[in-house]
Amino acid sequence: MQKLLKKISPQTRSDFITYGIVIAAFVIIQLLGAAGLLTSSFSGLLVPICAYVVMAVSLNLTVGILGELSLGHAGFMSIGAFSGVVAAATMEATVASPLLRMIFAMIIGGVIAGGAGFVIGIPVLRLRGDYLAIVTLAFGEIIKNIINCIYIGYDAAGLHFAMAGLGDVQSAEALGLQGGKVIINGPVGAVGVQKLSTFPIGFALVMLTLIVVLNIKRSRTGRAIMAVRDNRIAAESVGISITRYKMTAFIISAALAGMAGVLFAMNYTSLIAGKFNIDTSILVLVFVVLGGMGNIRGSIIATVILYMLPEMLRGFDNLRMLIYAIVLIIVMLFTNSDGAKQFREKMKMKLEAKKKTKETGKGGEAA
Amino acid sequence: MSELVSLPPKARLLERDIGKIPVLETHHLGIEFGGLKAVEEFELIMGRTEIDGLIGPNGAGKTTVFNLLTKVYQPTHGTILLNGKDTTGMDTADINRAGIARTFQNIRLFGNQSVEDNVKIGLHNQMRSGLFSDIFRLPSFWKEEKKAHETAMELLSIFDMQHLADHEAGSLPYGAQRRLEIVRALATSPSLLLLDEPAAGMNPSETAELMENIRKIRDTFQIAILLIEHDMNLVMGICEGIVVLNYGKIIAKGTPAEIQANPVVIEAYLGKKKEGE
Amino acid sequence: MTFLNYLINGISLGSVYAIIALGYTMVYGIAKMLNFAHGDVIMIGAYISFVVTSKLGLPGIVSVLAAMVVCTALGIVIERLAYKPLRSAPSLAVLITAIGVSYFLQNTALLIWGSAPKYFTSVIKFESIKLFDGQLVITSEAIVTIAACIIIMIALTLFTGKSKMGKAMRAVSEDKGAAQLMGINVNTTISMTFAIGSALAAIAGILLCSAYPTLMPTTGSMPGIKAFTAAVFGGIGSIPGAMIGGLLMGIIEIFASAYMSTQLANAVVFSVLIIVLLVKPTGLLGKKISEKV
Repeated sequence: MQKLLKKISPQTRSDFITYGIVIAAFVIIQLLGAAGLLTSSFSGLLVPICAYVVMAVSLNLTVGILGELSLGHAGFMSIGAFSGVVAAATMEATVASPLLRMIFAMIIGGVIAGGAGFVIGIPVLRLRGDYLAIVTLAFGEIIKNIINCIYIGYDAAGLHFAMAGLGDVQSAEALGLQGGKVIINGPVGAVGVQKLSTFPIGFALVMLTLIVVLNIKRSRTGRAIMAVRDNRIAAESVGISITRYKMTAFIISAALAGMAGVLFAMNYTSLIAGKFNIDTSILVLVFVVLGGMGNIRGSIIATVILYMLPEMLRGFDNLRMLIYAIVLIIVMLFTNSDGAKQFREKMKMKLEAKKKTKETGKGGEAA
Repeated sequence: MSELVSLPPKARLLERDIGKIPVLETHHLGIEFGGLKAVEEFELIMGRTEIDGLIGPNGAGKTTVFNLLTKVYQPTHGTILLNGKDTTGMDTADINRAGIARTFQNIRLFGNQSVEDNVKIGLHNQMRSGLFSDIFRLPSFWKEEKKAHETAMELLSIFDMQHLADHEAGSLPYGAQRRLEIVRALATSPSLLLLDEPAAGMNPSETAELMENIRKIRDTFQIAILLIEHDMNLVMGICEGIVVLNYGKIIAKGTPAEIQANPVVIEAYLGKKKEGE
Repeated sequence: MTFLNYLINGISLGSVYAIIALGYTMVYGIAKMLNFAHGDVIMIGAYISFVVTSKLGLPGIVSVLAAMVVCTALGIVIERLAYKPLRSAPSLAVLITAIGVSYFLQNTALLIWGSAPKYFTSVIKFESIKLFDGQLVITSEAIVTIAACIIIMIALTLFTGKSKMGKAMRAVSEDKGAAQLMGINVNTTISMTFAIGSALAAIAGILLCSAYPTLMPTTGSMPGIKAFTAAVFGGIGSIPGAMIGGLLMGIIEIFASAYMSTQLANAVVFSVLIIVLLVKPTGLLGKKISEKV
């Protein structure tokens, strides 16, 4: 056993700790739930937290591992959410098992969001730095706007589609449904959504996301992506195709966000596109940055804490977002300002000096 | 077709490379930046196992030549044949896959990654595992990783750097970083290695060791090496052919002995400045 | 004639965007940071003006001055407390801090003025101009906004081109280290830039709310984001670029909602931005940057 532990690299060990934390959290919550110790408001947060953890981890793939700032991640969540809702609605009659329906909806949402990632990635990934960021922001807003104009309904004849701004479409009546029902009703959003999301499904999606992102990070693909991030010219000089790996990271990130969107959407009975606006994109970005760029475990922990923080501050009502803002600023100043850096360097040196004296003391037996 | 074109006149190649397709051949190669000719009429033919030097005063356009050969800059004039094949339309990554690897004057390592990972990034195109097997850790992933680890260690052993494999590349001393860049370049399995001031910042004993290693690399891997260097002991010591560049133009070509005796070269180096380099 | 009406509305809205974008672009040029809180300074400016006119009953011009003073002070304080300690931090850390400041301003406004929208009474008192028997109406707000925009543009160009402080700003934005060695006080220069940007934001806030009189704590967000896009559109860091970007943005937005679809107006605006950036990756008047190898 000990031999095995020694054989695995520190990175692999760190990955297993991350999986362990997530599994442990899941088991504890399930036990508490079974014992009836969870408040309903807390239980209500579980699925959204899972969705946001997936969002944060997937955004970390773009921002932390690929190194490109995206301000439109909520757009992919939105595409996934609405396509998942439509998929689930059309399958209601044919697929009896809610779990299967959910899985199919998630796959469809993920694939469509990934496809959108590809289409959007073509122009976006040609740009750099702040310009890239602003274009992702623009795409996020465009997606929100377009979904606000879309009407989709389903009846015996199949799916019906209409869009405000094209021709004379004013309301869902333009769909011309024969019986059936409206699934997406323009600015009103998705209505009559099936509540298929459960905490175990959320947990499964979190695990899948972790496996995908962590394993990519520690593989040939991940090394290539990080090489592109660290030094574009050097990466090209060793034969790595920049576009290909930027695109790979971007599409996977988008697809995972799409699946998170499905998970999130299927937790409510109705849903508007405005939910997935720039504020949501920024919220997730904050999770990623506070958790540490490229640090997956950090993303998870930051998401859970920061998502629950405003909820825990409910008692303070009007003050809660103000407190949140102040905490955010203070944390950033504390972790990034010159003064804080000098302080940390000092502590690090002290720690290292201690470690050294320890090592020299142990030197005899180690050799 | 290109083979016929590229067969060079005998006189320009070393004895051992005559009759073989040259690894590199450039014709009328040049680039203009907004009307300014940074490099013009650069002509070079390199045999398959030749070590050549590219020298010249600061600002002569030496690094620009490297950037042209690797397509970091797209040439505005001329052609580059690599192993007899025209490289028109290729980008930097294509060029590497076609056989040129390089190091950089201002070191460009992946500083936050381990030494081993830097070499593994160099091995990128030698590895075959795809995205799917990377994510789901299929047997092919483990096989490829194991092979990559072994190859990386073997390559690091050229410079006795195996024990540094787990260190962060950015934390290595300057000389070790330069050596790691060479290892990373070699990992891409090139047929031509471009070294941009490999001895910069090294002391004389390190430089002497580097010279030995450059020769060793050529002999083990049977590749051609073109290097930019200001250290004349190194250049004269290991290069079989030397090209002297000044103001973007070739002012002399020849063996080390010929170059040392060439009055034009002496003037370019010493003419303006009495105290020398 | 309706076309002309739309055009004037577009130029008027665009002028507001341009004034906001100027603040963005100046701060970006000098501090190399995306000041996400800029849009919220606009909102604070509008609230100050609202308080001074509606609550204290003072004349409009006083409210404009008050808003400028408060916003200038606010800009300097924000820079000193939140951004200055992060000068050498990674740009993402600064961006997140700016987002924090943005939340802070919005929620402070929420605490003070509540979430219910306030009706902003225009500070501009003279009559609109009606031409061609009332077919072409140029609102007084449009006239003042466009005039303000032109004056600000000229003043800023003169300021950065001729004055000592303006030259210092250009030097700092070019190379902080070198500017410092030349004896320029970098901290003062950056503070000054924030001060000017925030004063402009106050003006923009008042002009914006005079034309679109609903005032809420989130009033500044969307115009802020659009002005930011306008700055990028024109080439971030460039003063004439921000101007052109802002104007085009306003005109496209008004035309898109008039001739295509109100709901899709923003989508059209952002699509044009994306197309422009694809053709000119650093914006209309942005400088081309290339990496040295």
